[in-house]
Amino acid sequence: MRRTMAKASLYTALNLLFFALIGTAVLALTHELTREPIARSEESEKLKLINQIAPASDYDNDIIKDSRQLAADDLLGSDDTTVAYIGQLKDRPSIAVIQATAPDGYGGSIRLIVSIRSDAEGNGKIGGVRVISHNETPGLGDYIEIAKSKWITIFNRKSLDDPGEDGWKVKKDGGTFDYMAGATITPRAVVTAVHRVLQYYAQHRDELFKQNEGVRK
Amino acid sequence: MTAREFSEIFRNGLWKQNTGVVQLLGLCPILAVSSSVVNAVSLGLATTLVMTLSGAAIAPIRQFIPNEARIPVFILIIAVLVTVVQFSMNAYVHGLYLVLGIFIPLIVTNCIVLARIEAFASKNPALESALDGFAMGLGLTAVLAVLGGTREIFGHGTLLSGIDLVFGDTAKTWVVTVVPNYHGFLLAILPPGAFITLGMLIAGKNWLNLRAERKLKGANARMTPVDGGYAPAAHRG
Repeated sequence: MRRTMAKASLYTALNLLFFALIGTAVLALTHELTREPIARSEESEKLKLINQIAPASDYDNDIIKDSRQLAADDLLGSDDTTVAYIGQLKDRPSIAVIQATAPDGYGGSIRLIVSIRSDAEGNGKIGGVRVISHNETPGLGDYIEIAKSKWITIFNRKSLDDPGEDGWKVKKDGGTFDYMAGATITPRAVVTAVHRVLQYYAQHRDELFKQNEGVRK
Repeated sequence: MTAREFSEIFRNGLWKQNTGVVQLLGLCPILAVSSSVVNAVSLGLATTLVMTLSGAAIAPIRQFIPNEARIPVFILIIAVLVTVVQFSMNAYVHGLYLVLGIFIPLIVTNCIVLARIEAFASKNPALESALDGFAMGLGLTAVLAVLGGTREIFGHGTLLSGIDLVFGDTAKTWVVTVVPNYHGFLLAILPPGAFITLGMLIAGKNWLNLRAERKLKGANARMTPVDGGYAPAAHRG
């Protein structure tokens, strides 16, 4: 009796193992087959978003090629290096697109890109913000995507001084930024992350562009 | 498979055992994603694809799966298929992938998929099982489409918004504005709107069923003196 039970358990276990191996093989194969198309579509999606917040008239260099890795920084919300795209117009700094992470979204990290005008008139003002990837609740927290709502454009032309330290919060927390009923955690995370990017930019502005000049020469 | 079995599978999936309004299984995506037609139909079709594939994949190997370990094996196979669908959508229909987002991996946990495997595919041949998954998925998609359409009209005053994410920028002109200058109705977009609309759909279907029964009863009563007791369709879930 005990023997047959052991045998049955062994058979079941081996059976599970067999299906797990087949499943793993199928997934590995699919991953391998789709890896390049996925990377390509993500990259082209990001380029589209960069074009939205850094209009081509604002720079005359190859903004994608003039990108650099930024060391991990608390203000960028990531333990990993992040990327910044540096735009120049007539060899003068014009715009910087910085990728950052809001680590405290409702569904985990929200990755976004922020463009900051660096020319004389718009210095330190936001050109635009876009969310690259997120796991927020569909239909509730996903209005941070430009495809779903215009909410994310409330950051346009904002800067560290406008609305100032106390204003960089959602209205519910006493700040100046609107949010939609039902989801406060998501916009709170985004507002904080954008604010931090502005602080990072204020601290590292010269570095960002000096490095760039070095590369171009 | 006879033509009769064939039509029975489709009648069950689309009407008699409809997952959305009769079996009431897989409500999580129904309620969350049905705030617009495009989202609702997209997820419905993705679920249909997974259900068809899983039916076809599990039915032929059903006698090799030990009874005690069948649920983990089923879930394993469903999860593999869903991930394959997710990867493929991310790679080849990226726009649609962005629309559905987190709901694609969640198809694994949609109990309707496992329910049809357990109730149908583990007892029937491959072709029938694939068709059953397909029909059940279509039934779900139909309910999702009606739900999504109703909620979108009441919530946003539009129909087909977001279709450009699926078919590209040219499709932007396909969006129908049902009520111009509509200010929006939040209740219809939030989950309670989904519950209310679903309740009305179920009520509507039950009313149709009862009416059909009464008609049938009337016809029977005329033909035979004995009242032919017509049992109402069993509801579960």
